[in-house]
Amino acid sequence: MVTQVTSFGRSGLSDWVVQRVSAVILGAYTVFLAAWVICSPDMSYADWTELFSCTAMRIFSLLALLSMIAHAWIGIWTIATDYLTPMSFGKAATKVRFLFLCVCAVVLFVYLIWGIDILWSVK
Amino acid sequence: MLTVSLYRYNPETDKAPYMQDVQLDTGGKDLMVLDVLELLKAQDPSIAYRRSCREGVCGSDGMNMNGKNGLACITALSETVKNNKLVLRPLPGLPVVRDLVVDMSIFYKQYEKVKPFLINNNPAPAIERLQSPEDREKLDGLYECILCACCSTSCPSFWWNPDRFIGPAGLLQAYRFLADSRDTATADRLANLDDPFSVFRCRGIMNCVSVCPKGLNPTRAIGHIREMLIRRAT
Ligand code: SF4
Ligand code: SF4
Ligand code: FES
Repeated sequence: MVTQVTSFGRSGLSDWVVQRVSAVILGAYTVFLAAWVICSPDMSYADWTELFSCTAMRIFSLLALLSMIAHAWIGIWTIATDYLTPMSFGKAATKVRFLFLCVCAVVLFVYLIWGIDILWSVK
Repeated sequence: MLTVSLYRYNPETDKAPYMQDVQLDTGGKDLMVLDVLELLKAQDPSIAYRRSCREGVCGSDGMNMNGKNGLACITALSETVKNNKLVLRPLPGLPVVRDLVVDMSIFYKQYEKVKPFLINNNPAPAIERLQSPEDREKLDGLYECILCACCSTSCPSFWWNPDRFIGPAGLLQAYRFLADSRDTATADRLANLDDPFSVFRCRGIMNCVSVCPKGLNPTRAIGHIREMLIRRAT
């Protein structure tokens, strides 16, 4: 058993399931938004505001936002542990990887708070 | 005339590996790649490679032929040569000992990790542990592996994490014992695989399937392991 503290759920299986479930949610959200835009040819700012101010849409958007963050973390963590390793960075690998993951974590955190702020600012 | 481009490296005399081009007259015969190597070695005895059975049974002569891993002894020139050129390199991703000979330690270490032997702590019956023909059939496509390492060394996930990802060969054997009705260590075996590397580094690229000289399908076995892990967790 290989242990790892920075992976999303610390278990390979939970990461795998989360990655797939979040992909489905993101797919559904994208399809829904695209369909909505296509079905409202003369869409106005008011229509757009109305869509995003209803609670169901807020829940759906927040779900998509959380999915995006989980999905991104698992993907980035995988890339980091594939390429930012001693094979390419020698002794500095752990530092390089940790730094990269920290930057990504901060960006994702900002996205989360900013996203919530935007969603709840629509009145 | 066939141009053979050979990967040469002797750590005692060469600073770095290099490619050596040799012309060879095959007499118009569709030789196996191993025959070509034997002919070249007759001219230059310093060429190093592994071989033993010369009929696809022992798994010693896995190498990279024109970009694709396989066993030199059962790969005919007609299958691999394009434009009269044959490029021979060692299996990718493993340390080179000399020329086409690689150090397989890490590959065997991953194999060892899956405990590739039957574990059964029940008292042994008087004669033997029986298995129904149906249960025996579940091992087909798994037990035939000859550990040539063609699959694992063609897998990018194994290249990047050879110390943590078990790789297709090891995982095929992991499933071979998970699927065996006589084995009683299924729960322990699965518990040892449920981390982000051992199994889940497989990204389903299927390079392993396309190179296996025995026609085995590690990707399918990995899928079965994943299913067993899901069933265990839910
Ligand atoms: S699965 Fe196939 S390619 Fe992989 S080690 Fe076994 S025989 Fe070789
Ligand atoms: S299917 Fe999995 S094990 Fe096979 S080559 Fe691809 S990543 Fe490697
Ligand atoms: S020499 Fe035994 S498999 Fe090729």
